[in-house]
Amino acid sequence: MEKFTISVNGKKQDVNADPDMPLLWVLRDLLSMKGTKFGCGQALCGACTVHLDDEAIRSCSTPISKVGDQKVTTIEGLDSEGHHPLQDAWVEHVVPQCGYCQTGQIMNAAALLKKSPSPSDAEIEESMAGNLCRCGTYNRIKDAILTASKAL
Amino acid sequence: MMPNFPFLKNKKAEDKSEVFVPSRRDFLKLSSLATGGFLLGVNFQCAGPKGETITFAPNVFISITSDNEVTILAHRSEMGTGIRTTLPQIVADELGADWSKIKIIQGEGDEEKYGNQNTDGSFSVRMFYEPMQKAGATARHMLIAAAAKKWEVSPEECNTENSEVIHSSGKKINFGDLVADVKDMPLPDPESITLREFSSYKLIGKDVTIYDARDIVTGKATFGADVDLPGMQVAVIRRSPVIGAKVISFNDAKALAVQGVNRVFKIDGSGIPPGLDKPLEGIAVIADNTWAAMKGRDALEIEWDLGPNQTYNSAKQLEEMLQSTTRDGKVRRERGNFNAAQKTAGKILERTYLAPFYAHATIEPPAAIADFKEDGICEIWAPTQHPQWARQAVGAALGVDVTKVKMNITLLGGGFGRKSKPDFVVEAAILSKAAKSPVRVQWTREDDLHFDFFHSHSAQRIKVALDKNGDFTGWNHHTVFPAIGATASATELHPSDGELGLGCTDFPYDVPNIRIESHESTAHTRIGWLRSVSNIHHSFAINCMLDEVAEARGMDPIQQSLQMLGEDRNLDFKPETDGKYENYGEPIEAFPWNTGRMKKVIERVAKEANWDQMLVDGKSVGFAAHKSFLTYVACIVLVEKDSSGKITIPEVHYAVDCGIGVNTDRIRSQFEGGAQFATSLATTSAITFENGIPKQNNFDGYQIIRMPQSPKKIHVYIIESMEKPTGVGEPPVPPYIPALCNAMYKLTGDRIYQLPFKA
Repeated sequence: MEKFTISVNGKKQDVNADPDMPLLWVLRDLLSMKGTKFGCGQALCGACTVHLDDEAIRSCSTPISKVGDQKVTTIEGLDSEGHHPLQDAWVEHVVPQCGYCQTGQIMNAAALLKKSPSPSDAEIEESMAGNLCRCGTYNRIKDAILTASKAL
Repeated sequence: MMPNFPFLKNKKAEDKSEVFVPSRRDFLKLSSLATGGFLLGVNFQCAGPKGETITFAPNVFISITSDNEVTILAHRSEMGTGIRTTLPQIVADELGADWSKIKIIQGEGDEEKYGNQNTDGSFSVRMFYEPMQKAGATARHMLIAAAAKKWEVSPEECNTENSEVIHSSGKKINFGDLVADVKDMPLPDPESITLREFSSYKLIGKDVTIYDARDIVTGKATFGADVDLPGMQVAVIRRSPVIGAKVISFNDAKALAVQGVNRVFKIDGSGIPPGLDKPLEGIAVIADNTWAAMKGRDALEIEWDLGPNQTYNSAKQLEEMLQSTTRDGKVRRERGNFNAAQKTAGKILERTYLAPFYAHATIEPPAAIADFKEDGICEIWAPTQHPQWARQAVGAALGVDVTKVKMNITLLGGGFGRKSKPDFVVEAAILSKAAKSPVRVQWTREDDLHFDFFHSHSAQRIKVALDKNGDFTGWNHHTVFPAIGATASATELHPSDGELGLGCTDFPYDVPNIRIESHESTAHTRIGWLRSVSNIHHSFAINCMLDEVAEARGMDPIQQSLQMLGEDRNLDFKPETDGKYENYGEPIEAFPWNTGRMKKVIERVAKEANWDQMLVDGKSVGFAAHKSFLTYVACIVLVEKDSSGKITIPEVHYAVDCGIGVNTDRIRSQFEGGAQFATSLATTSAITFENGIPKQNNFDGYQIIRMPQSPKKIHVYIIESMEKPTGVGEPPVPPYIPALCNAMYKLTGDRIYQLPFKA
């Protein structure tokens, strides 16, 4: 066990953890932040996507020891009121079915829009390809990203 | 305890839905069962001290407080179909409640209280449309009666809207202000309850945003693994690698040396058959957190007796199953004389179709939380599709009465049939009792793919006889796949009548000679039901074959289907199946198989997709129509090759007749998602076994489609209908796969006989 101090959604958090412990389990089990989801543990599905600084990363495969000074942003911190343009667009298009993958989808899309505020269709498809949705909401996800990109 | 076919409607459970037709007798009966969880009987209580909030609860689904807060209880599990919104929507519409202010709460697992909660088989709306209407209408009648009395007017002059009773004069009073008057009012005679005119509905038949949308997108929604209890530990289990394997011995020293690991505990498995509701044999590592439990599990040393399934190879079995279809099988439906038709035929077409095992692969792997308390009560939080079965299974495993098991239902991160089975819930209960603390059992993706209740692999052979004029005179369909029943009983070697009634024995076309046969096969893994069940492989084979038959006859496949459905009429498959056709648990008189409704969806999809023009333009389009779960669906898929040679699916067209459509947005979303789900089944997904072990471990091996592979524009045309509502969760899947395969044939010139094919 080691002591780590990480910045999560603008707040310093002290945790005692195995250095190998993935950030996902630090968030979920040690900090009780449940918005970030476990899907595969191998960076294959994107359900656990959070931001390290401005990059979308898979928290299931990022050990706490690699976080360092980088700022962690989770779905809980994407927008203090829960009304990020992507969140609003997701509701407007009624994207979610079961909803489980959607926080990861939104975090991935938010990182995309930071880099590319008006992404093309192809750009959206390419950057969202790491996020699986078993219910099959892909088309509405794309529509919602396009709507949000206009609102930004 | 095993329900024979839980994806079919459980008649006994359905009868309990009578309790929702409110009457004083039923109400009192229900009240006596109340355990304090929900507001029952409160309308018989005296008003509280002045200023205290009082509540009117005419039935288990509705409560209205004197603060005018209207709460509707959802009793079916939400796994993405929108049912937690759709059923309350019906109640609210009849009640005249203000939807924007409504609160929806999830009922706990208790079928005595709520009736059937088995969220499966696409029957939630089918079973509960009318009870929900009546629940809402009863409360409306009572509120109107109270207002009319207050105003000294006739109830006929009053209506409800936006949680207010409104008199024809324009006078209004909100529901909350009537609670004191209505709470002691006797429940009206059910016969006196009238429903609203359909045309006056403001929510039914409309797009309504799901209640949980904002919570989901902000990460506040609670799924299975999201419940935290004080002192909770986390368990990860090393399960028998081969179904039926037993632990000979294990060494937990290294696991216990992992920091955070507290305890190792053996779970006794059921062996062979594994059962549908029992845990597998395994060694559980119980730790402070998930990561420690996972590391502890990696450090376990276990010696297994792998048992008879250790030599199982699925490719070999599939080959044997295919061979078996060359022989005579057990006849499951017979009309006319196929052999005679074969003898006099001008042409025989004979084709075989293979499909693999599929895993559900819900993005949320199974997880459940149990808190076994000293008083013998076991409280559970679980993403279960079948709360009552989970309660029973937990009760049986712990040796306690079902009433001691309190079942809270979280949102499900996908279900598709996997989370009907309560094995993972039972694991949590056993481990909480052993650990003397709350425990969350967490499955990993590898656990999920290895220990699923798989959709069975299948082999089929279809022979078609055409006479010398090219008329379609004979249909002989052989089907073989390890049965769901085999998971609970090793003597089940043939698919059941229920499984064959899913798209095989209900072949609806006017062919004078039909023989449908099944063959024996054994299950070497756990077989379950996956979104649309055996309709998946049956529709694949039948609709691919029909396309080939149309080509051989020089006919348009759509024209062939319309012609072969014949006159508009109701079909009955019982006489030709020895009375064994089950019609999804519904009387055929109440839910007939109507050829006219099927023709209508076919004509509609052809018109909307501009099928004739697409053919003229040489587009690669495929068609299929398939009724399942009492819903009629026709589908057209367009495929193209892009400049890089990659195959894309730019357009999908669906026409659906599901009777009355309640939440039209959720109907469309089920079809949009169904097309995506079916694209995975058709093109990327397969589980294969070697040495009794699935070869696929995670989403790299068991692939499901990603956004770039997804079908693009998915059009859904909903037939306006006043027929009884039927489900939409499963029906999108079966016709899509053959429509895609038939389109692929147009593109490549190669017919598809085995799934998945590489797109």
